[in-house]
Amino acid sequence: MTAIALELDGAPWEDVCALEDIVPWTGVCALIAGRQVAIVRTGDAVYALGNLDPFSKANVLSRGIVGDKDGIPKIASPIFKQTFDLRTGQCLDNPAVRVPTHEVRIERGRILVHREPRPGDQDGA
Amino acid sequence: MTKKQLVVVGNGMVGHRFLELLLESGESERWNVVTFCEEPRLAYDRVNLTNFLGGKSPAELSLVGPRRYEDAGVTVHLGDRAAVIDRQCKRVLSAEGRRIPYDVLVLATGSAPFVPPIPGRDAWGCFVYRTIDDLKRIRLWAAQIQTGVVIGGGLLGLEAANALTHMGLETHVVEFAPRLMAMQIDEGGAQILRSKIEALGVSVHTGKNTTRIVSRGGRVTEIRFADGGVLAAEMVVFSAGISARDELARNAGLEVGERGGIVVDERCRTSDPDILAIGECASYRGRTYGLVGPGYQMARTAVSTLAGGDDRLGVFDMSTKLKLMGVEVASFGDAHGTLPGARVVAFSDAVSGVYKKLVLSSDRQRLLGGVLVGEASSYGQLLSLTQSKAALPPQPEQLILPRLEGGAALPGVDALPDAATICTCQNVGKGVICKAIRSQDLTSVGAVKAATTAGTGCGSCVPLLGELLAREMKRAGKKVSRDLCEHFPHPRQELFHLLRVHGVRSFDELIGKHGRGTGCEICKPAVASMLSSTWNEHVLEDRHLGLQDTNDRFLANIQRDGSYSVVPRVPGGEITPDQLIALGWIARKHCLYSKITGAQRVDLFGARLEQLPQIWRDLVAAGFESGHAYGKALRTVKSCVGSTWCRFGVQDSVSFAIRLENRYKGLRAPHKLKSAVSGCARECAEAQGKDFGVIATEKGYNLYLCGNGGMKPQHAQLFATDLDEDTLIRYLDRFLMFYVRTADRLQRTAAWFNNLEGGIEYLRQVLIDDSLGICAELESDMARIVDSYRCEWKATIEDPVKLARFRTFVNSPEPDPSLVRVPQRAQHRPATWEEKQLHLVPQEAE
Repeated sequence: MTAIALELDGAPWEDVCALEDIVPWTGVCALIAGRQVAIVRTGDAVYALGNLDPFSKANVLSRGIVGDKDGIPKIASPIFKQTFDLRTGQCLDNPAVRVPTHEVRIERGRILVHREPRPGDQDGA
Repeated sequence: MTKKQLVVVGNGMVGHRFLELLLESGESERWNVVTFCEEPRLAYDRVNLTNFLGGKSPAELSLVGPRRYEDAGVTVHLGDRAAVIDRQCKRVLSAEGRRIPYDVLVLATGSAPFVPPIPGRDAWGCFVYRTIDDLKRIRLWAAQIQTGVVIGGGLLGLEAANALTHMGLETHVVEFAPRLMAMQIDEGGAQILRSKIEALGVSVHTGKNTTRIVSRGGRVTEIRFADGGVLAAEMVVFSAGISARDELARNAGLEVGERGGIVVDERCRTSDPDILAIGECASYRGRTYGLVGPGYQMARTAVSTLAGGDDRLGVFDMSTKLKLMGVEVASFGDAHGTLPGARVVAFSDAVSGVYKKLVLSSDRQRLLGGVLVGEASSYGQLLSLTQSKAALPPQPEQLILPRLEGGAALPGVDALPDAATICTCQNVGKGVICKAIRSQDLTSVGAVKAATTAGTGCGSCVPLLGELLAREMKRAGKKVSRDLCEHFPHPRQELFHLLRVHGVRSFDELIGKHGRGTGCEICKPAVASMLSSTWNEHVLEDRHLGLQDTNDRFLANIQRDGSYSVVPRVPGGEITPDQLIALGWIARKHCLYSKITGAQRVDLFGARLEQLPQIWRDLVAAGFESGHAYGKALRTVKSCVGSTWCRFGVQDSVSFAIRLENRYKGLRAPHKLKSAVSGCARECAEAQGKDFGVIATEKGYNLYLCGNGGMKPQHAQLFATDLDEDTLIRYLDRFLMFYVRTADRLQRTAAWFNNLEGGIEYLRQVLIDDSLGICAELESDMARIVDSYRCEWKATIEDPVKLARFRTFVNSPEPDPSLVRVPQRAQHRPATWEEKQLHLVPQEAE
């Protein structure tokens, strides 16, 4: 792995790329502590969520189309088009399904992603 | 007030429905609710279990929302089984040693597959078909074998046989009775059903008494019949019916029925008034009920009984409609004509495989029941006519005769009284649905389903819901919305016009001026397509990148595991030996699975994201261009070999196909476009099944438009005859641009044509006679697209910024470790999720 792990506030954050490496309204995938994490940029925010699409079981969420539903920022799986709330990982088409999310911060133009998913987030499938 | 303790044993569809109704009723305030769920997952949609094999995940089949029970205060013992009921002490002992006291106990233990006592039935490779875990086991076993046998030719047996054929097995169905689905349909229907199923490649063996299952090394090898017959089998699936799981009640001394099932009264009470039973485990009026409709009714009644209400079980409707292996089968009311005085009219057409029977009252005024096989679109209405006892038209047999022979139209939903049941699964009547549409201002079938629960069971009433909705909306003077999506209050055609007229060149500009919000997966690709077919800029420009579906975004076709396939253009299907060799070299170099497509091209599968640029460098170096298989764009112009070689050919179809393909390649459209050119009337290129097809004549070419293969085949319409090449191309320029401008998103030319008022004659007026005065504009628009064509892949590999996006991980050069391959027939395929989970192949990173 080539990424650098930084220690900030005692919490393990990973510097994954520069903000400008992600074209607005698209996503990329980062490998963080062995997990595939989709890093998604909207117009003014960056979100991180599990890259595994629970419906197709393919690691593809980062390649979906980004937009909103009634103002909720979301990404659509490129395989079967289910959509997920970028903030919570909640699937907007099936209340029983949720993907894990990670905290993100932007510092000096770099995107830092927390190495662990938010507590309580598990595989929804 | 201290709460009383309610224990529910079983969390299947009915147990779950009971809990939902209890929670909704407010009655749950009075109870501490505890439930046992023997399976490792909460209630799921067992009716549509087969969808699990079609790719639905257990989460999608689940009926229980996340934290639904926790939030409602219901305690669930998942994976634990109630083992003993101690009626003396009023408590339940579980397999894991729990002791749960109850004030009231509800048994919803369901049923178990009935496995006939055939010697050898325990061999490896013998399965039942009931749970998600059963299906997982069947699927894994099926992957190693070729032949499967289903014992049981009833409804469940045929479902299982369907599943086996989907897994690619040579499938046999063995039935003890002399016909298939003996419970639901009659001899006439069964004959048609059998011939249709056999035509699908399933072997049907009726009147067969299986006496022995033979195994070698523990694995099943064949089954033997009483008549001396033998059938080779590597797998046996028992689907010969179900038996109520009444053992818990039986051991507790509760009364059980002669033919099994816990005896309940019309309020779902067992012989112990503190114990209720519901669903498949309950025996009411001397029998058990294996359908979900009666189970749900029992759940309702049981909640009422708990609350001191007066709801009582009535007569259960055992009507069913289902689609077995693509064959519709329905049975309703008194399907076998057993009521006194019942008269039968039947219609049978062995050629088209349709059988319909109506059972009428002796005065022919009322419908009592019927059977439909092969075509059951009228099921919902016939069932409603049966249940509402509405008066029939004078010649009721006309209801089932084909319309061409003078059959009468079915009375519409208007003819049904408000009391008529529309959804028998959820017991929702017409009046309730119409009232909900009116009072809650519902505007979609989905909203009607959510508001009334109608249509959420078997789904066969959904077309009726659509009719009711359309009627109510019309009555209220409302129109069904054709807006593109929530972000654009315009249909696609209007947006296209705005984009052209105002010279809009980006999504941001369009949504800023004519939309709201930030867009979604519906409007973004639609706008990307419109921008491309107007301005033809590269789809991977920064401002267009986020609009593209993943296929366009990576200029390749995504596959089920997230890898991609690559299809280079082979215009007209003409390919040199050197190009073929190059394709072989490139496929071998990058380890790609190779397959010939239906469009005379070669598809190379299994490319990882980061491999695509090098694969395309190699392809471009060998002279190939992008085939646009990933785009809603022109795919291919297929051709037969034509007059250059063929002794029948009258024109050079290959040359013309290549000319057409090179002209329209890269054109983005509302949906994909396919084409073909045949060199004579023998039509070897199948041009009449294409969006635009050309068939050579002695004098030139005939042009056919708006055909379709695929899901809904439709023959193309003859548009003009004996054209020369240049005239034909002029008409095509106009036709394609007219379609691009006016079709809905994802609307193929055939569907677009079907919605054009005036049909082919109208198209001729617009495109030949120029009745709208737009032909010059359409031609110049097309000329601009043709002139600005560049191979997207060639442009991409020359642009380092675009190339940099073709990587799996933004922070690592590693390939995706979850892409795992399994050898198959000298090539390979993606490993399945189960294979990865069961460590049959190297494990992925997570």
